[in-house]
Amino acid sequence: MESVPLSAYLTLSAFLFAVGAVGVVIKRNPIVIFMCIELMLNAANLTFLAFAKHQPTLQAQVAGHVFVLFVIGVAAAEVAVGLGIITVMFRLRENIDIDQVNLMRE
Amino acid sequence: MAERLLFFLLALIVVSTAVGVVTNRNPVRSALLLVANFFSLALLYFLLSAQFLGVLQIIVYAGAIMVLFLFVIMLLNLGSPEPATFSEQGYRRPLAWLIALGMFALLVSQALVVAGTPPAQADPQVGTARTIGYALFTEWSFAVVVVGVLLTVGVIGSILLARRRSA
Repeated sequence: MESVPLSAYLTLSAFLFAVGAVGVVIKRNPIVIFMCIELMLNAANLTFLAFAKHQPTLQAQVAGHVFVLFVIGVAAAEVAVGLGIITVMFRLRENIDIDQVNLMRE
Repeated sequence: MAERLLFFLLALIVVSTAVGVVTNRNPVRSALLLVANFFSLALLYFLLSAQFLGVLQIIVYAGAIMVLFLFVIMLLNLGSPEPATFSEQGYRRPLAWLIALGMFALLVSQALVVAGTPPAQADPQVGTARTIGYALFTEWSFAVVVVGVLLTVGVIGSILLARRRSA
């Protein structure tokens, strides 16, 4: 049985990352920007797992999986803080267009 | 052959839902497409013999994180589609295309470097909770503590941020 080559996974993950980056640049709703950041993090996770499968030793393979676990944990913390910031932003001023947010500068 | 077919199908779903997340103007639809994206990614993890992380992806991402997203969308009334006008930000679209193409070309060029790598014989117990848990609590125990501190700080920080000042 022929398995899927490593480069196929890497290309898929590169595409996911590029789509996420485009979303961060062109979107103006902060929630959707967050979703695009999640897309990019997942692209990184896919790369970790694809490389993990191609490692020679069990220890190296498990190391890739452990890193994905840490990325998921960091993403969870990031979402909690980010959504808290969005809530505060919305409470201070009703409209939440990201182009008009300059609270940090004042 | 079956594995390749499965990969192709899942990759098709992942790519189309990811594009849908970015192109959709309605945030709620973006969120639901993102759930589909996470699900198919979890199936790809299974294909990479990472069973534990596939299950975790469904529980944490498709479950907890997406509920949080939808909850905030509903709470703050952000569900209205964003306006289509891009008049004052005319530079954004070309900039986005530049970033996308540059990043994709760079990453794929790196992927082609390793194209010839033969897949190693995956150990049958590599993706199980037992193996990962053992590694977490022996080799990576310090990092686990650090992530725990990070999560605690994140939770406390978001509570402090979202609390009403007068209360």
